[in-house]
Amino acid sequence: MHRTGALFGQFKTLEQQKDTATLGMWIFLVTEVMFFGGIMLAYTINRHTYFHAFAMGSNTLSLGLGGFNTVVLLASSFTMAMAVWSSQTSKKGLITLFLSLTIFLGFVFFGVKYVEYAQKFHHHLVPGKNFDIFYCVNNPSKCDDIDAADMAKEKEELEVAAKADPDLNAHAQLYYSAYFGMTGLHALHMVIGAGLLFWLLKESVAGRFNAEWNNPVDIVGLYWHFVDIVWIYLFPLLYLIDRHK
Amino acid sequence: MRAEATGPALKLPEKHYLNATYGIRSWLLTTDHKRIALLWLAAVTFFFFIGGFFAMMIRLHLLTPNGYLLTPDMYNRMFTMHGVTMVFFFLIPSIPAILGNFLIPLMIGAKDLAFPKINLLSWYIYIVGGLFTLWAMVNGGLDTGWTFYTPFSTLYSNSAVAPAVVGVFINGFSSILTGLNFLVTVHTMRAPGMTWFRLPLFVWAHYATSIVMILGTPVIAITLGLAAMERVFGLGFFNPAMGGDPILFQHLFWFYSHPAVYIMILPAMGVISELIPTFARKRLFGYHFVAAASLAIAVIGFLVWTHHMFLTGQSTYAAVAFSFLTFIVAIPSAIKTFNWTATLFGGSISFDTPMLYAFGFLGLFMIGGLTGLFLGALGVDINIHDTYFVVAHFHYIMVGGAVMGYLGGLHFWWPKITGRMYPEWLARIAAFILFIGFNFTFFPQFILGIMGMPRRYHTYPPEFQIYNVMSTAGASILAVGYLLPMVYLTWAAFYGKVAGDNPWPATGLEWKTQSPPLTENFDVTPVVTWEAYDFHNRPDLGLDVPSGKGSPGVVAPAHGDD
Amino acid sequence: MSEQEHTEHIVSPGTYLAIILTLLALTGITVFAAFVNLGRFNIVVALLIATVKATLVVLIFMHAKYAPERTKLVIIAGIFWLALLLFMTLSDYASRVDYRGVRYPMTQIISHTLGNRG
Repeated sequence: MHRTGALFGQFKTLEQQKDTATLGMWIFLVTEVMFFGGIMLAYTINRHTYFHAFAMGSNTLSLGLGGFNTVVLLASSFTMAMAVWSSQTSKKGLITLFLSLTIFLGFVFFGVKYVEYAQKFHHHLVPGKNFDIFYCVNNPSKCDDIDAADMAKEKEELEVAAKADPDLNAHAQLYYSAYFGMTGLHALHMVIGAGLLFWLLKESVAGRFNAEWNNPVDIVGLYWHFVDIVWIYLFPLLYLIDRHK
Repeated sequence: MRAEATGPALKLPEKHYLNATYGIRSWLLTTDHKRIALLWLAAVTFFFFIGGFFAMMIRLHLLTPNGYLLTPDMYNRMFTMHGVTMVFFFLIPSIPAILGNFLIPLMIGAKDLAFPKINLLSWYIYIVGGLFTLWAMVNGGLDTGWTFYTPFSTLYSNSAVAPAVVGVFINGFSSILTGLNFLVTVHTMRAPGMTWFRLPLFVWAHYATSIVMILGTPVIAITLGLAAMERVFGLGFFNPAMGGDPILFQHLFWFYSHPAVYIMILPAMGVISELIPTFARKRLFGYHFVAAASLAIAVIGFLVWTHHMFLTGQSTYAAVAFSFLTFIVAIPSAIKTFNWTATLFGGSISFDTPMLYAFGFLGLFMIGGLTGLFLGALGVDINIHDTYFVVAHFHYIMVGGAVMGYLGGLHFWWPKITGRMYPEWLARIAAFILFIGFNFTFFPQFILGIMGMPRRYHTYPPEFQIYNVMSTAGASILAVGYLLPMVYLTWAAFYGKVAGDNPWPATGLEWKTQSPPLTENFDVTPVVTWEAYDFHNRPDLGLDVPSGKGSPGVVAPAHGDD
Repeated sequence: MSEQEHTEHIVSPGTYLAIILTLLALTGITVFAAFVNLGRFNIVVALLIATVKATLVVLIFMHAKYAPERTKLVIIAGIFWLALLLFMTLSDYASRVDYRGVRYPMTQIISHTLGNRG
């Protein structure tokens, strides 16, 4: 087995090894672009066709939580970039610090996501047999996490939407299919990213990274930034539809 | 070492990749691209048998118009599982994972691929995907057609759709990792002097194939992922009751599955580009055009997928645009075919088994490709869509093209892989049997299609029976044509005549190393100073050729050892 | 080793800080813009801002600005193929005369031009 930083047998120089690994990660990220692209296509077509249902769905999302998560993820990209810088300048303590911060921010993101998902389950907004977009409005006592003013606003919006789209309940499931599908896939990629970050943390604590050898930090960084970019698009697409009512 | 027609019998080299280490762990945990290629050969051959079994069931059932062998439900399962196995578990991996893995590092002068461990991982992922799919096959089967069209597959089918879809999804990662490995390897691991335009066209073909694998496979992944989520969790993108659209599934599915057919044929074309110059003893005509055509096929292949959907209610404008693009994508393939033919002109042709497969490819691929144009013509397609014409068309390309390329390549490189030569005359007979069996199986299907027999139907009007019987009879001959090489190639690997470094001789870098190669491929990193397929400037090949550019003159035909 | 330095451009923390602050500001602008009624241009503005953010992340955080030409080609290929997937599929939907009762703008333009024979 090779320890990180040692030259693998099929390469002639460390430079060639770095170059190869970096190119490999970029090409892998292109596959991820096409992967998310498929569900983006599904989203695009359905949002255009069922705009009212999508707007309604989007407005049941908490802008506060979504915005907060966006800030958290952007910050984690910053700390990741700083981790890469630390490894490029051989500041070993800082590498560990910034990697830890990135992981921490990642977990904050997961925590918020959990809260949001739990809320959706609670409010019968998961596509399937129990889906009911009118659930909270019809049973305000069951949805006590929505205050009265918001509940009134939601009721009003639902009435307008239902008039515009008689099949609102059916079509709203498409919005939530997009919501769970896209954020779920994104979260799965973040979990993988967190796993990679833990591995990096372990190696960094062991002092493996320095100006001569920091390629793993660099390429995990590329992956993490990509996951951030996906969220940069998901946030306006899912949370900001028709908010100006 | 050079092969000589007379002289003392050759001996296998003492150390090579097969005897470097022993034991099952040294094979299952290997990172040597050559051993991994053999792992792939075993796995892919296994799935080929499974797909072949389903084919046999289809053809036996279709011997009679009323279908006595299978129930309609069972028949649906047979053609579905035949398609899924053959497309995803045989055709897509075959040449790239076996010949590509084995040869690309050798052809570019590298010790291994860029990511040897990922290479092994790719094989394991294939096995896991295959196991899921096999499990689905014995636990309810799959009856949706290999195309998994919704809403039948997501809502109404009571076959094992979810595990099968998961199996194919997992298998997709295998494809992506192989493509990624090849792309990076060709970019960063070439030996000194191996410039892009000295690369063998086999490498160019695999480079183009890898582009398709990277850009297309993720889309089928998300498509099948969404279909699985719909079936299991009730997401609604393809469900009309929720406002979803089954046509969206078709768009997403074919966005990958059309380029997928280029994943299947480009490597075979790469093999042909190696066989024809070798056995015509002549430089390939129009090297740059063939390389560019490979890339063009890869790119343009992504622009035509809606030709699978002409009958889904498209507007005339969309249909015309895609039909036009479909005609355009035929052009680079035609360029290649013309160039291969032009290579033959004035060459010194010998009819060794690989060349027989190459000739088979030329004719059959041409028929398959031209019939594709019939299907791409809108007016014609309305009548022959979803008939046996389509079935015949794609089998001409996939079997007549891709499988011929695969077998031709296996024969050509068998001496390099095993160090031993296959039995030439038996191999030639097998090639003929295969060719005859193939044409008897699939040519009648063109006629059936024109006459109106729909595909995926378990019964048919009695007037079609004669062609169905002919087709089944042909299939049994075809089966013999497949079994013979499996037997004699296996025999030859252990008991065939020792071949030497370069029995043909051929011009590629892989032939400058011993047969079988060392684990590290070359004992010294080669420095390349010659162009590809340059028979005139390679005195080391021992051919009777006037050196320098110019007409070929008299050239010794390819190996005449036996 | 010095051979690392001339192939690896080290971006300064100051630059990273400037970028993250810009990204946060753009996020604020996106949210603000969502509350302004721009009709069908809301989505255009949102996507435009998201693309600016993504570009900053790719160029600076992911060092694409300092990467070899090959990397830039890979990135452009990825974006181009995504665009292919989206636009060519949408062209089918857009050109269907009446998809689910929703008339796409392109269909209206085409029908209008050709006298409703589509």
